[in-house]
Amino acid sequence: MRDKPMIDPEFSSIWTLWKNGQIDLTTPLRSPGHQPLQALKEVEKYRPRHSWEAYSQYVRKSTLLYKIAATILCCIFITLMLLTVANLPRYGDPNAPTINEVSERYIEEGTEETGAVNTVAGMILDYRAFDTLGESFVLFTAVCSVAVLMNLSGKRQHIKHTKELINYADDMIVRGVCRLLVPVILLFGIYILLNGHLSPGGGFSGGAVLGAGLIIYSMVWGEEKASRVFPAKLVRLVVFCSLAFYCLAKSYSFYTGANHLPFLIPEGAPGHILSGGLIMPLNVAVGFVVCFTMYSFYMFFRRGRL
Amino acid sequence: MEQLFGNLLYNYEEVVAVILFSIGFCILLFSRNLIKKVVGLDIMDTGVFLLLASRGYIAGRHVPIIVDGITTAEYYINPIPAGLVLTGIVVSVSVSALMLSLTVRIYRTYHTLDVDSLYMMMSVSKGGKQ
Repeated sequence: MRDKPMIDPEFSSIWTLWKNGQIDLTTPLRSPGHQPLQALKEVEKYRPRHSWEAYSQYVRKSTLLYKIAATILCCIFITLMLLTVANLPRYGDPNAPTINEVSERYIEEGTEETGAVNTVAGMILDYRAFDTLGESFVLFTAVCSVAVLMNLSGKRQHIKHTKELINYADDMIVRGVCRLLVPVILLFGIYILLNGHLSPGGGFSGGAVLGAGLIIYSMVWGEEKASRVFPAKLVRLVVFCSLAFYCLAKSYSFYTGANHLPFLIPEGAPGHILSGGLIMPLNVAVGFVVCFTMYSFYMFFRRGRL
Repeated sequence: MEQLFGNLLYNYEEVVAVILFSIGFCILLFSRNLIKKVVGLDIMDTGVFLLLASRGYIAGRHVPIIVDGITTAEYYINPIPAGLVLTGIVVSVSVSALMLSLTVRIYRTYHTLDVDSLYMMMSVSKGGKQ
């Protein structure tokens, strides 16, 4: 696939440095009371099993084998997928088996049963609300794992804060454009969130737009300022409250629905902004989760903490 | 045979989806850089979303947003694939964020993203295990 040699020439020089303990690659080496002898011991773990030449030969051989096997696998896979596509019903066919009574039911009775004009919003936040709850928790779990993997707060004192290579706030054009753009982006995100049951959009897309606005803000005016405006405590609180509200609201609606109790939340007239029962608050909750998830991904990758 | 190829021409969106999926799959298999592998997986996801979205389309029908008071199913396209794509996008974002953070950790420890070099470094010597 590539003409480059299998072993990076840079790598062997790094290896030599590493073997001599002159380069600090592992975290134990970075500890304050480290001694060169101990560093050698730490690095010894990573020494290759074979001699360098034999090992590179072995790698070259196994790579060739791997490439042949991967090509054959790719060809088989592509042929199978194209055969499947050729046997699918035609694009735009109204008689395809995927157009069945489930989608019919969602369209014909969805507005009446959920109060949402947008059938997709009614579907994902009413009929399939558990699915959306799971999605929100997938995002939450991803943020937790990224926080665990990228967190630097335990050894914050060892990390010198590197200066920004490009300070965007000094640039007049960037600053001026962003000063105009960020409020508009945030407003548009709020519009998508609140109008999710009436028009295309909803919690996920609106939350992504809001998150993009926050990311631009922290990019241009610096992470320090952004973390003062949205401190870690606030982010945690908002995400927790949104998830808890979603759980409680949906539990209430499942409880009343299963026991044939009166549902106290007014449905409203379909097509108005205050309609759809629980769909608009749930959209807002999902939007907050998505927005702060995107923002925390950016912050964790950028500076290691919120 | 002719019918098969004719169907392929009709299902051009699905063919594009398969091509996207295969591009991602090839990057995943043949690239030796970990970041490029993550990018390949994202391209594969895009192919799947395109396939799902194009399966929901019905020729000549409208977006499933009921504004004119028409509630016959024959007037609107299928809304279910849209919901499924939404789920897929969320999972894809979470998975790529998780993989990228793992990649950052690997780079911090080994200072390389090349799979072969990583494999070489990870093959721990017998003396080191004690």
